[in-house]
Amino acid sequence: MLHTGLVLAAASTTDQIGPGEAITFWILGPVALLGGLGMLFARNAVHSALFLVLTMLSLGVLYMMQQAPFLGFVQIIVYTGAIMMLFLFVLMMVGRDSSDSVVEVLRGQRLWAGVLGVGLAGLVVGIVARSLTRVSSVGLNGPNGTNGGNVSQIGRSLFTDFLFPFELTSALLITAAVGAMILAYTGRGHGAKRTQREMMVARFRGEHDRPSPLPGPGVFATGNSVATPALLPDGSIAPESLSEIIEATPVAEFDHDLAEVADTAAAPDAHALTGSEEVRS
Amino acid sequence: MTPTYYLLLSALLFAIGAIGVLIRRNAIVVFMCIELMLNSVNLTLVTFARINGSLSGQVMAFFVMVVAAAEVVVGLAIITSIFRTRRSASVDDANLLKY
Repeated sequence: MLHTGLVLAAASTTDQIGPGEAITFWILGPVALLGGLGMLFARNAVHSALFLVLTMLSLGVLYMMQQAPFLGFVQIIVYTGAIMMLFLFVLMMVGRDSSDSVVEVLRGQRLWAGVLGVGLAGLVVGIVARSLTRVSSVGLNGPNGTNGGNVSQIGRSLFTDFLFPFELTSALLITAAVGAMILAYTGRGHGAKRTQREMMVARFRGEHDRPSPLPGPGVFATGNSVATPALLPDGSIAPESLSEIIEATPVAEFDHDLAEVADTAAAPDAHALTGSEEVRS
Repeated sequence: MTPTYYLLLSALLFAIGAIGVLIRRNAIVVFMCIELMLNSVNLTLVTFARINGSLSGQVMAFFVMVVAAAEVVVGLAIITSIFRTRRSASVDDANLLKY
């Protein structure tokens, strides 16, 4: 394949990279590299995922520039749209604060990994830069311009030349789906569901902190949210009714409601608008 | 400018992904680095498809994407199930097969 490609390249050099593509590359290439480096060095895993989204979006645009519009859109839709959202989903499930541990299990592993990685980069970049200097590309104007363009040509190729791998792909996908379901399935909780009676007995045996359920939030005329603390008969806050993760509303805000409920508030005068005074009995 | 620059970019991205796999401890970030390596290989395939004037490279990149999607699904399921038992997503903590 490469051989015929080189022959074709020698035969016709129709594919010239215009200034527009060069400008796009020199903008999006560094952006992609920046995204990769950001993913590498971000402490927070969510930031890593967002940097990787940046890289993948730039790569999608680069695919479109390289006469692969179908792959470009698939890259944006499938990779950034589906796969990275799946990553973020799992990150939220596993816990956002799952930062890296600083303990090195193998001594000096990070240093050596960095050295080896930079060496790999230098090696591959050097090889590619030296061996492919005067490469002239044939370009895909031929295949993309005939028989309905890029998408039809890829479809035709999938269902003729690559039919067997394509069918294998379906087996792979169904295996992956079933495997993910099996791996992520937890079953119905821990043990059988207890009846109300068993639960009550367990509560009074001291298996829970308190025999009764926690008090619910307070309900006033102006507030029935979870942030509203429940009040004890003497007007103080029931501490168990405060949620640990929600900042509770200060009780002072409910003085007015409390006064109304206790009938100690100043009642509005019914005749204030008419002007006629009437003695309240 | 020649298409070689695309290959250089993908080589650099691949190296970044490889470094990430080696130095990061969070299993999910390691997975993202693998995705970055797959993406850089895709860029190589697309570039070579253009250089050779054949769409086979793009079809190959398409297959890589399909396999990457399946791999991500299974891998993330494994990570969640490990996290459920170990309460940790660090690759250093998964050492049950060690002893």
